[in-house]
Amino acid sequence: MNIASILAKKGDKAYTVRPDQPIREALGLLAKHNVGALIAVDEAGHPVGILSERDVVREAAKNERVFGMKVTDIMTRDVITGSPHDDLMTVAHTMTERRIRHLPVVDKGRLIGIVSIGDIVKTQRDKYQGELDTLQAQVLGE
Amino acid sequence: MAQAGTQAQPLRVAIIGAGPTGYYAADHLLRQDRVTVEVDMFDRLPTPYGLVRLGVAPDHQKIKSVTAAFDKVAAHPRFRFFGGVEFGKDLTLADLRAHYHQILYCTGAQTDRRMGIPGEDLRGSHPATEFVAWYNGHPDYTDAEFDLSVERAVVVGVGNVAVDVARILCRTREELAATDIADYALEALSRSRIREVYLLGRRGPAQAAFTNPEIKELGELAGADIKVRPEEVELDPLSRAAVAKSQDRATTKKVEILQGYAIRRPTGKPRTLIVRFLVSPVELIGDASGRVVKMRLVRNELFATPTGALQPRPTSQSEELPAGLVFRSVGYRGVPLPGVPFNESWGVILNDKGRVLDPDTKQPVPGEYAAGWIKRGPTGVIGTNKPDAAETVQCMFEDLAQGAVLQPRHPDAASAEALVRQRRPHYVSYTDWLRLDQLEVARGRAQGRPRVKFIQVEEMLAALRR
Repeated sequence: MNIASILAKKGDKAYTVRPDQPIREALGLLAKHNVGALIAVDEAGHPVGILSERDVVREAAKNERVFGMKVTDIMTRDVITGSPHDDLMTVAHTMTERRIRHLPVVDKGRLIGIVSIGDIVKTQRDKYQGELDTLQAQVLGE
Repeated sequence: MAQAGTQAQPLRVAIIGAGPTGYYAADHLLRQDRVTVEVDMFDRLPTPYGLVRLGVAPDHQKIKSVTAAFDKVAAHPRFRFFGGVEFGKDLTLADLRAHYHQILYCTGAQTDRRMGIPGEDLRGSHPATEFVAWYNGHPDYTDAEFDLSVERAVVVGVGNVAVDVARILCRTREELAATDIADYALEALSRSRIREVYLLGRRGPAQAAFTNPEIKELGELAGADIKVRPEEVELDPLSRAAVAKSQDRATTKKVEILQGYAIRRPTGKPRTLIVRFLVSPVELIGDASGRVVKMRLVRNELFATPTGALQPRPTSQSEELPAGLVFRSVGYRGVPLPGVPFNESWGVILNDKGRVLDPDTKQPVPGEYAAGWIKRGPTGVIGTNKPDAAETVQCMFEDLAQGAVLQPRHPDAASAEALVRQRRPHYVSYTDWLRLDQLEVARGRAQGRPRVKFIQVEEMLAALRR
């Protein structure tokens, strides 16, 4: 199973923000879409960073004027991206190990979606549940 | 109008597709007591169970035992089955909107992904699913022809369908005769002159999609020796590191099994099954008559993507492999349904957690849903569709609570049935199906087989004395 199967039922959604947008607007987007991270994209739509709620909290803890800052000032630039054919298990492992909660998915340089650790956990749970159910049906169904 | 979901006005749901997902969804819809639901399930074929009947290999009867659970769902008093009724042809979306509050598409992934290489459409090169449908007696594929007089068949892919195809090609007549394989396929396969069957994996043994029971079974065939190249099942450093890090016992075991095959000596069985790794076909080459005779393979190496997943990329090394019969099994795609938004990127209905989305507004289309492979793509085992269907059904109940359902003009079971009867007088009900099932099993018992399937629709209707 690969991460394409997660994107397939997310309706092509990836919430983005421009690096020069103010944090105030970015927070508005996070709240409006009820998500934990926005992907910063340049004019060509290439991901250049990611802004998570955690980035904002970290900055707000030491800086009262965080709302007026720009996304580019506090976003994480060193972003690990996934490809649609990456297998779920490896991605789950990497996200857990590196404490990544949002993975932008890129195909041929273009942002095509985002996978959250919540998506991964749910898909993994459904996968195991499905396997268990199938085995039970085979064992008990005879 | 009464609130839908009550005893006075049950929530009327149409399920399109009678495969596992359709049943799981029906079960989730019916097995709760907050909302009164009536389910009508439609399938374009007269028989239910989808790929459990027509996809799962005939020599894997145990997997088919899941149908007992499906029959329990179907026994619910507010469940009906209309077999032989095709969405978009016999019943349109407009028809369904006039009779149901909610429509749920569970139509699966009905077509093969293409390899995208020159020569793919030469005669003798087929989608693996056509062969599967043929040997399983799918009414649409009884006339398919496969040239089994050639010496070598190549199956591209190492997923479970690829493994099924390779195994069926290697089975002896005696092995096949004990299954519910279609009679014409049994005849054709017992005259097969194929001596060598290849399975081609584009990545290494640690990444192969087949499961350990499947690969073990390939080593226990009565009429075929299994052969693996030692150098191809020796793990590359990246795979070795990945396996060590994940500590996944199943993968370790899989590699061990394959390495065991690499040192096996042939025992002189009539056929040989050869499993190759780290190769991809780049071209199929035909003779003057347009029939495939060989393929060019490129050798791959693995590289790690930023997430650490291992993917193949071609090297400069290539080779030729003679082959008179080629089956591609490199993935599946859903087929768009008339009037239903489609997501071309993934080959699924455009959806968010099962809610069908409008392609322009990206907002839910009221009353329309998807579940199973047509929602998430072809992944997982049969049971994976159960939690998947549960997710969609939860959306359906949430929307009902918000009043976001269709407002059908004829929200009653009788008028829906009258419409179906008018369009397809010879539809097959669940009672009819259970009768057919009994007849098939009885025919099978006489021959020591699990069942002998009815293949032609006319044959089924005749058996039901129509």
